[in-house]
Amino acid sequence: MTAVHHGETGTPVDVNDPHLTRFDIVKEGLRRDDIEIVTYESHFHGQNSKAEKRVVRNIAILFLLSGLFTLAFLVFYIVWPWEFELGHTLSDYYTPILGVTLGLGLLALGFAILAWAKKLLPHELSIQQRHGDPSSDEERLITGQTMMYVADELGVQRRPLLKGAIALGAAPLGLAVAAPLVGGMIEDPHKDPEPMMYRTGFNPVKNGGNPVRLTREDGSPIRPDDVSAGGQMTVYPGIPHGATNHYADSPTLLIHLRADDAATTRAAADADPRNKGSMYGNYVAYSKICTHAGCPASLYEQQTNRLLCPCHQSQFLITDNAQPVFGPATRRLPMLPLTVDEEGFFVAASDYKDTVGPDFWERP
Amino acid sequence: MKRRKMDLAEAPRNFAKGVDDRFQAATPLRGLLNKVFPDHWSFLLGEIALFSFIVLLLSGVFLTLFFDPSMKEVAYDGEYLALKGTMMSAAYESSLHISFEVRGGLFMRQMHHWAALLFMASIIVHMARVFFTGAFRKPREINWVIGVLLFLLGFFAGFTGYSLPDDGLSGTGLRIASAIMLTLPVIGTWLSAAIFGGEFPGELIIGRFYIAHVLLIPGILLALIAAHLGIVFKQKHTQWPGPLRTNENVVGERMFPRYAMKQGGFFMAVFGVIALMAGMFQINPIWLFGPYRAAEVSSASQPDFYVMFMDGLVRLMPNWQIYIPIGNGYSIPPMFWPAVVGLGALFTLPMAYPWLEARKLKDKRSHHLLERPRDNPERVGIGMMAMTFFLVATLSGANDVIADKFHISLNAMTWAGRIGLLILPPLAYYISVRICLGLQQHDRQVLAHGVETGIIKRLPNGQFVEIHQPLGPVDDHGHPIPLEYAGWAVPKKMNRIGALAPAIKGFFYPVEKPAEAPVSPAVAASTKREEIKSGR
Repeated sequence: MTAVHHGETGTPVDVNDPHLTRFDIVKEGLRRDDIEIVTYESHFHGQNSKAEKRVVRNIAILFLLSGLFTLAFLVFYIVWPWEFELGHTLSDYYTPILGVTLGLGLLALGFAILAWAKKLLPHELSIQQRHGDPSSDEERLITGQTMMYVADELGVQRRPLLKGAIALGAAPLGLAVAAPLVGGMIEDPHKDPEPMMYRTGFNPVKNGGNPVRLTREDGSPIRPDDVSAGGQMTVYPGIPHGATNHYADSPTLLIHLRADDAATTRAAADADPRNKGSMYGNYVAYSKICTHAGCPASLYEQQTNRLLCPCHQSQFLITDNAQPVFGPATRRLPMLPLTVDEEGFFVAASDYKDTVGPDFWERP
Repeated sequence: MKRRKMDLAEAPRNFAKGVDDRFQAATPLRGLLNKVFPDHWSFLLGEIALFSFIVLLLSGVFLTLFFDPSMKEVAYDGEYLALKGTMMSAAYESSLHISFEVRGGLFMRQMHHWAALLFMASIIVHMARVFFTGAFRKPREINWVIGVLLFLLGFFAGFTGYSLPDDGLSGTGLRIASAIMLTLPVIGTWLSAAIFGGEFPGELIIGRFYIAHVLLIPGILLALIAAHLGIVFKQKHTQWPGPLRTNENVVGERMFPRYAMKQGGFFMAVFGVIALMAGMFQINPIWLFGPYRAAEVSSASQPDFYVMFMDGLVRLMPNWQIYIPIGNGYSIPPMFWPAVVGLGALFTLPMAYPWLEARKLKDKRSHHLLERPRDNPERVGIGMMAMTFFLVATLSGANDVIADKFHISLNAMTWAGRIGLLILPPLAYYISVRICLGLQQHDRQVLAHGVETGIIKRLPNGQFVEIHQPLGPVDDHGHPIPLEYAGWAVPKKMNRIGALAPAIKGFFYPVEKPAEAPVSPAVAASTKREEIKSGR
């Protein structure tokens, strides 16, 4: 069982012998490739048996079915109404019809080929020698010495000056290759006087030094009366493009608390040096950007006064400075200092005092 | 000058001669035609991945003809009325265009997505096959490493791919990716700013992901797949132990024609299944999600299944933040551990496993015969531990959906995941090791005593014994001579050793006379059949 075969076994035959059948020549090739056919037998008794005809017929039917379905795919692809229309229309079935016709066409073709291979072709069992042995020690030695000789020829060992010169010559080239990629892509996140991580669209800088209004998505400003008690509204900085992804850190949740909740919230906020005085009446505004991974923490549970982030389920308690009470978030949601301008619209008294958005290394 | 007449019958011969004159192709071609491949259904799992990849290339090229990788803001003016007039990126608009206004575009989009899911799923199952049967052992460690890299690249190909439509869901995924980059100590903000070209989301990311998704990643994938297959070809496939099979040979069938035909047919079948799924099962209906807006997200925001384990780990991580009180203070956010360290460990540990196992077993031999999982209980235990960890993490990636559908508290789901992630893997290790040992023991028992016949015999003293059919020769007292375990399936039922006549073929009537029932070697040895005696 464990005999190791090397090279060809068996007796060679003269392939030019006219008496040899084609299979004899194939077997001579197998012998040269160190392959032995152990069994090689048809599935059927005798040629053209009833069973064989049946299999051939079935395979032919599968090929025809494949052609039929593929043709159907082409026809439906061309004639079926495909343009999207509102409501229930025939075009709803366009994609399913394409899938079913092409899928069945391919499956029928696949099964036809598989049946041909598995049922019609003779079943065989062949054994090939693996020849997975490593190279001989001699070969290894020769190759190794050849490689060493290459190094000798270059003479790097003998010429230390060249060694140093190569290192000094190649290193700058390697750096030069990397430079455009790194240099082109790198952006200093700290380059602005107020780095991007620390400011939002509510920064008065964005509005010529004036306080920024809280606006709806369409840019309209908001009066306190616009939000009913217990209600909430997503607000954006009232500056050009304020409601777009240019200010992806700015979306804010404006909440009109019920009186008792407002009292709890104010007590908690006033006890905190940074959130002190940030509420306006019974209104409080928190950043909507989760401090964990930056998803909008937008599910507001009115009953428990919790904000839930649907991405990783961090939960923040609104009545307690939006401290995280469950989930992977570590930091509270920053509170936006609220006030009202002379026209009676909400404005941000200043930018957020805490850093908005997900955490990072150098956040103080 | 007489013009030579073209002899059509000689044309193929002349052509072959010309090819061999130039490339000396005859001998290597014969070697290829004759190459023997071992056959087993479990060897086809990797093929599914390969075929899905071909479907991915074909459908992907189609999509690039219509996709516009630009984040320029445009107002939607297409057929889908619900979004009419909405401001969106050109990438999202062109994705909607492919879905609604390109003939067969939605079909191709869904085919691409389903093929991607099948690609990743079959890689996972294929890797499990390779792992549990020990096919990664010397000399195949490098191919195992390439396989892990292929999964990693598939992971990034998938992530960059489903980010491209720039819909509400994929934008949320990008936001989380940016947050993950931010968690890196020291370079976090620099990395995120470099990738996004400034502040998130910027206007470059879709274009950058596009070139990564259609050129860089598929290019490396193609090169690694070619290396993967080339190594399989060079080293020859592993095979299960069994009659005639040794560590030095390959028992199977020649590549041409039967084996190659079966591969071709299987490709068509895989392609057909993907086409059926693409037509019938909706996937990623981006028009329902709307364009990405930083303020909007819907509940049940899940990544594709092969990224869910990471999302799950991020959800389960407790909110442990490390503060370093130097200067202004520095911090390492909790997401750093599951998303960066966890992902890194999940890919480097499997890569090192072949060498770790060989070192532990002090095994430097080359293995071409597979090992039945039961014969290496520890490996199975470790593998099941990893699979259980992956499964708990993946399920936790959908814990909000599970909580919603089964009316379980969301917080309870999170806690169940946290505890499960720590307790279930060791439990899986213990259970699977015990199962392996039990199976081993049963194999040895049958080899020693024979197969249970189900025939109960009463002895003169009133004792009942079950009669066992010995698998090999018996000694003078009729007791079976214990057989040695050969690393391969042991027949455990009488039917397996020819107690049942072969099934008669044909649906309505028998097609052929049923063949003679095969006779087990043990019975064949003694031509005279005798009364079955107890094996004890």
